[in-house]
Order: sequence, then C-alpha cells, then structure tokens
Amino acid sequence: MMDDFLTRAVIGGILLAFVCGPFGAFIVWRRMAFFGDTLAHSALLGVALGLLMGVDVRIGMIATCLAAALILAIGQRQSRLGSDTVLGMLAHSTLALGMVALAFVQGIAVDLMAYLFGDILAVNVGDIWLLGLGGGLALLVLVWMWRPLLALTVSPEIAAAESIPVERLRLVFMLLMALVIGMAIKIVGVLLITALLIVPAASARFFARTPEQMAIGAALFGAASVMAGISLSWHVDSPAGPSIVISAAGLFLLVGMASPVIRRLRG
Amino acid sequence: MTAPLIEGRGLILSFGNERVLDNVTLSINAGEIMTLIGPNGAGKSTLVKTLLGLQSADQGEVIRKPGLRIGYVPQKLAIDQVLPMTVKRFLTLTRSASRGDCQKVLEQVGASHVIDSQMSSLSGGETQRVMLARTLLLRPDLLVLDEPTQGVDVTGQAELYRLIDDIRAELNCAVLMISHDLHLVMAKTDQVVCFNRHVCCSGIPETVRQHPEYRSLFGDRAADAIGIYTHAHDHEHDLAGHVVDGGDGHDHHHGHVHGPGCAHGHHHHEEIDEKDRIWRPQ
Repeated sequence: MMDDFLTRAVIGGILLAFVCGPFGAFIVWRRMAFFGDTLAHSALLGVALGLLMGVDVRIGMIATCLAAALILAIGQRQSRLGSDTVLGMLAHSTLALGMVALAFVQGIAVDLMAYLFGDILAVNVGDIWLLGLGGGLALLVLVWMWRPLLALTVSPEIAAAESIPVERLRLVFMLLMALVIGMAIKIVGVLLITALLIVPAASARFFARTPEQMAIGAALFGAASVMAGISLSWHVDSPAGPSIVISAAGLFLLVGMASPVIRRLRG
Repeated sequence: MTAPLIEGRGLILSFGNERVLDNVTLSINAGEIMTLIGPNGAGKSTLVKTLLGLQSADQGEVIRKPGLRIGYVPQKLAIDQVLPMTVKRFLTLTRSASRGDCQKVLEQVGASHVIDSQMSSLSGGETQRVMLARTLLLRPDLLVLDEPTQGVDVTGQAELYRLIDDIRAELNCAVLMISHDLHLVMAKTDQVVCFNRHVCCSGIPETVRQHPEYRSLFGDRAADAIGIYTHAHDHEHDLAGHVVDGGDGHDHHHGHVHGPGCAHGHHHHEEIDEKDRIWRPQ
C-alpha cells in the first residue's frame, strides 16, 4: 500500500495536519505566526548546509530551525529592537544566506521550488516515519505541557504567580515549533508552512467554545485541506503544496460564511 | 514565631533612571490581611510582581515559604477573542475541578449563571467574580489581589470587598491587596501599607461603624465591610513620586511604624489612639 505515491502523500499529509492543528492553535493564540514564518525561512539554509556537509537535508532543516528558535529566544529578551524587527532580520538574512549557499552546492541539481512550495507527492517511507515519530513526540510533549502552557497564554502573571516555570515553557514551545516546522517543509515548503499552521486553526475558531475544541478542530480542518488539496492537484494537475493551502483558505471562507447561518439555526 | 509566607528584604528596582522600588522591606504572615495603598504610579503593582517573582529586583531578596500556594487575581484580565474560553474552562486553568465544584464556587461569588459563557463576553464585575471563584478552587495560602474593584461601580465595589472578606473567612488565607483608593479599604485589614516607591508608613485602619454617609450609600451590611483610613502626610510627592517637602518636625506620637526605607521627616496631625495603633477618622 505504501508503494503508491498518492497513498504516501495522503498519509504524510494527514499526519502533518494532525500535528499542525494543536500547534497552529497555540500559534494563533500566542500571535506567533511571524515567528513560525521566520523558522521556516531559516530551513532553506539547513538544506544548503545539509547538502554541503553531506548530511540528510531533513536533519539539516530541523537543526537550523532549532538553532533559529534558540537565537530568537535569546534575541527577544532584549528590548532595544522590536521583536518583529528581530524576526524579519533573521527570516530574510537566513533565506538569503540559504540561497547563496545553495549556489555553491556542486554537482547536485537542487529543486528549489520543491523546498519553497513543498513536494508532497515525493513523500517517501522515511518521511512518513519521521513525521509519525517526530510529530508524535512533539504532540506528546505539547499535550503533556498543555495546561501550564495554556495558563501562560491566558495570563503570564497568573501562571508565574502559581509557580508555573514560564520561561522554560516558552523555550520548550519554541523548540517544539521548530521541530514541527523542520519536518513539515518537505510537504508544504518554506513559504507555505505557516498557512498550514494558522488557516485551519482560524477556521476552527468559528465553532470552538474551548481551547481544546479549537485544537482538535484545527487538526480536522487541516486534514480536510490536505485531502482536498491532493485531489485538486490530482484532477487539474496543479502543484500540490499550493493546492493544499488554497483548499485551507477556501474552507476558511466557506466556514466563515456559513457560521452566522449555523449560529442562527442553533438559536 | 513562624516564618512569614513571603518576605521582601531591601528591594531596589529601577526602570532606566526611574527608581520604582526604593529599599522596600515587607513581609506577610500566615492569615494576615495587608492592604497596599498609594497613588497611581506609586509602584504598587511592581512591588507585588516583585514579591511574586514576576519581576526581579536589582537588589534585595524575596524569600518565599517553601511550598507556598499563591492565588493571584490580576488587575485586568483581557482574554483575547481569538482564544475561545468558557468560564468553566477558565476556572480549571491551572488545576482541574469537576463541573459541580465549579458551579459551587460560582454560586459563592454570585455568578452561577455564567458557567457556560465565554470569558470575553463577561462584564468587568463578572470577570472579577469569576477570578475570585477560581481562587476558591485553588485554596491558596496567600491571595493576592491587584486593585480588585477596578472598573466596577461604587456599589459593586462594596459588594466585591464583602465577597473578598467571605472568601478569606472560608479559606483562612493571608491576603495581599492593592488599592489605589485611599479611602476604601477592608475593615478587617490587619495592616495598611502606604506606599509610594518606598514604604511611607504602615498601621491598622480605623473601622467605620456608624458613618452615616457610607450607610446611606452602601446599606448597613456593606458599610460594615468598609473601613476608612485617614491620615495626613506632611510631605508631598511630586509626579515622579519623589518626596518634595521633607518637613522637619519629627513627631512620633502616631500609631504607625515607618518603613525602614523612610528616611524623610514625618509628622502626622491626626489624633491617634496609641494603645490600639488606630487612626481616628476626622
């Protein structure tokens, strides 16, 4: 069954959507979309470093994402520059550095488009294992720290007063995000991964009454977007990554328009 | 003598060139009710945040009793629209509780009807009640309230103070409360600390029992829960909180103690019953 590239794409995509759902919800609540974008941009540098050093590019991407998260965690402690400035600087300088470094990679034709927009139809068995184990691990840790992280999101003051280790949680969440983003780039690419994180979460907001409902809803909307995107790609031969994002955005519009009607019907 | 729940020793903190905490020493004992009063911008919230460990001081130390459980009610809680959160879910934010327990504490604060409402749809007064209900579930050793009646109308304020009093009676915990209101503090406050970047003075408030104005304003029940704290300073603070008029008469016939950081001259003209360490309302 795993021999079929379409099956692999669907399995990989749905695994990723389930991981991205709860993380995306937190990214939306904590207003960290730009942070996620920055991590993703830095991954291109990881591709180049991986190729230059002869390491698996997936490891290169995850490693640079983690490094970028650490740099940002330190960089955001200072207050002289706004955090959006720090993020913007890191995002674009690492992207530029990645492009330049890729130009020095000899002898290998690098499919840049695949890294920028993802290549879900090229997902192999190794990718699925990575997503299953790495993504599963990230989700497990997130569930384990769910309550304190949510308290921190609602009010850092309440969390700290009630002996929740605020700084440590922030750092662990950033590193988990880096791990998820590093794994996700193969599927939706550097430029689109943030969309897969935030758009399904935004759609789920229309229905959710609790944070948990929103996180689960985001996972389901994400999975639906992956399915719709892959079938769109299959039928009209469009690029798969962008098709997934278009599906997610389309779902958001549909849900957004339907929700006032549904609310009225509910009374 | 048991150790205090929380103690700040010689706390000094500056934001830029602005000294916000100027050698502050303060401790709260088990079961004690302390009210921190002072003008806006006096650094009351900063002091509390430093004691709670939300803000680290440049100098000095904060000693917490090991295993101390703190319930904190912030000045304002703005839960973003983007985060869906029912009142029930908010009550279990840091600790789980059954729906029945949530309902019970909401009834205690007079907000049982909101259990399934979204936090973002509550009024200011309702939000404060829900936050108080959450502390009932926490069962803390120390309840910290930062201007608990902010944004609540005058009758609502009296009601909230009575509620805080009930909660304290039930939990038997210590209370540290900030009030920017110089005139409205709890009758049962053990210690009022007048604070403006340093501990100006501290002591016991006089209770208003028969004050006709308060009785007519709030009704008998509420008036019983309100104390008044009147004293006159001989020194003035400028807008930055610096002492501008030191005063030279150093008359210590008053019923309060000066904070150790209080280097300026002081004399209080109100009549004081030295024995009871009580201010008489004028």
